[in-house]
Amino acid sequence: MGDLATFFSALVSPDFPFVRNAFFAGALSSILFGLLGSVVTVKRIASLAGAISHAVLGGIGIALYLSATGKVPNLPPMVGAIIFALLSALLIGTASLKSKQREDTVIQAIWAIGMSIGVLFMAKTPGYSDPSSYLFGNILLISSQDLWMLLALDIIVIILIWRYYEQIEATAFDEEFAQVRGIPTRVVFLVILAVTAIAVVLLQTFVGIVMVIAMLTLPAGTAGFGAKSLAAMMVASTIYSFIFSTVGLAAGWVFDAPVGAMVVVTAGLFYLGRLLANALKKRRRRA
Amino acid sequence: MRDRPIALKFSSVSFSYPHLDVLSDVTFHFHSGEFIALVGPNGSGKTTLLKLILGLEEPTQGTVELLGHPPKRSRSLIGYVPQHASYDPSFPISVAEVVRMGVVDGTSRRKRGQDDVVAKALSLVQMESLGERPYSELSGGQRRRVLVARALVGEPAMLILDEPAANMDRESERRLYDTLSTLKGETTILIVTHDMRQVSALVDRVFCIDSLNERTGTRTVIQHPLEEVDDGTKRVLHEQAIPADQCWQEVRHG
Repeated sequence: MGDLATFFSALVSPDFPFVRNAFFAGALSSILFGLLGSVVTVKRIASLAGAISHAVLGGIGIALYLSATGKVPNLPPMVGAIIFALLSALLIGTASLKSKQREDTVIQAIWAIGMSIGVLFMAKTPGYSDPSSYLFGNILLISSQDLWMLLALDIIVIILIWRYYEQIEATAFDEEFAQVRGIPTRVVFLVILAVTAIAVVLLQTFVGIVMVIAMLTLPAGTAGFGAKSLAAMMVASTIYSFIFSTVGLAAGWVFDAPVGAMVVVTAGLFYLGRLLANALKKRRRRA
Repeated sequence: MRDRPIALKFSSVSFSYPHLDVLSDVTFHFHSGEFIALVGPNGSGKTTLLKLILGLEEPTQGTVELLGHPPKRSRSLIGYVPQHASYDPSFPISVAEVVRMGVVDGTSRRKRGQDDVVAKALSLVQMESLGERPYSELSGGQRRRVLVARALVGEPAMLILDEPAANMDRESERRLYDTLSTLKGETTILIVTHDMRQVSALVDRVFCIDSLNERTGTRTVIQHPLEEVDDGTKRVLHEQAIPADQCWQEVRHG
């Protein structure tokens, strides 16, 4: 337990590199949460992203099992996670494109099967591995290498969105019209899913699998209340994500509580507040 | 009109979904500059026909030629006004930004200096003062006119409107047809509607998705003559049929 002053001194102190790393991780992931979260929100694929993020546990479980039993020595869990994320993105993406009416069932199936595979393999892994540490993550375990990977993904996502902003916006707003304009809407959709899947794998280290989906939707949802354009929503959502993760980190330090959960509670309360304020404003305007 | 190039040509087109035959032996064409109405009751296959025209579906048999090419090659020359019924009201976007979408292409980034063409397209639908307004704040009829502006911004060779007057208030409908009357003759116009009895007085010819053929379980396209009515519309004479492949002049004088 500390207070806010000790949090800020820990942030700049060389004795607590993990606090500084956590702060930078929050800042770097805010860009991903802000940009991808806005795309996921306007494209209404939050449930798809949810399924991908949970299915990742299957890959982590298999990787841990293969590594611990010596079948594939030193296999990092992240490799399994990325393979499962991309596979589930491909399966869900294909189901969504080919058979809209089955999409829901496929999403739920992949969500459940992925998680169950993870739990099963972790149970059979020699030594101790706890699924909940992957579900809820631990930002204080972030390494410098993780930060570089986050930075690299930030740069890739910024370039992709800057270069193809209009195509992404048109596809999300009116897919059929975008197709008539010659935009390869299926490719755009599958690339969005694949990039989101990879981001989910990196971000789950920060706030955990369960909470990635909350941070992909809550800041963007909050930003959506006042934004006049998708670009404005992306910028506002990035700023909100940064504020929520910093406040969550500080609150976690002050109350000695899990940071990931604090971040999401902060984001959730703020979102609900905006929702309520918006409803009241509408009601007042009608009266 | 017959000297003008053919804008759209269906030759013996059939189309089926995996478990459902929809259209068979559809043959018709019309020329550049014509104002065409395509009518048919709900569920008759109008949307399927539109998808074939726009290259969003491929015919099971036969060929579709749009502006002399396969639709996938020439559809970017089309100004398409969809119904856009599943629109998301929380999508953050301004009216001008929606219109600008009409000049987006497959992969390039935005070119500079498009503000003028956007303003011009908005003035064509009499909405020049609303460019900065959020799209979601407009009425249904105004939104439909914004989609018309979006279709016009790229100066299309042909305009296709899917149920343009559906859920539209009188004022918006009047303004829409004002816009279409200024384009008539210059731009080829195809409107799709479920109103079987009458069409706008601007319409030159009408194609109708025929009643279901009990034997084949499919429908085809036929042409009916039009009769002018005093209230500024034209009545579709369903009791008389003209071969769908017959041209404007032949229908008028033949």
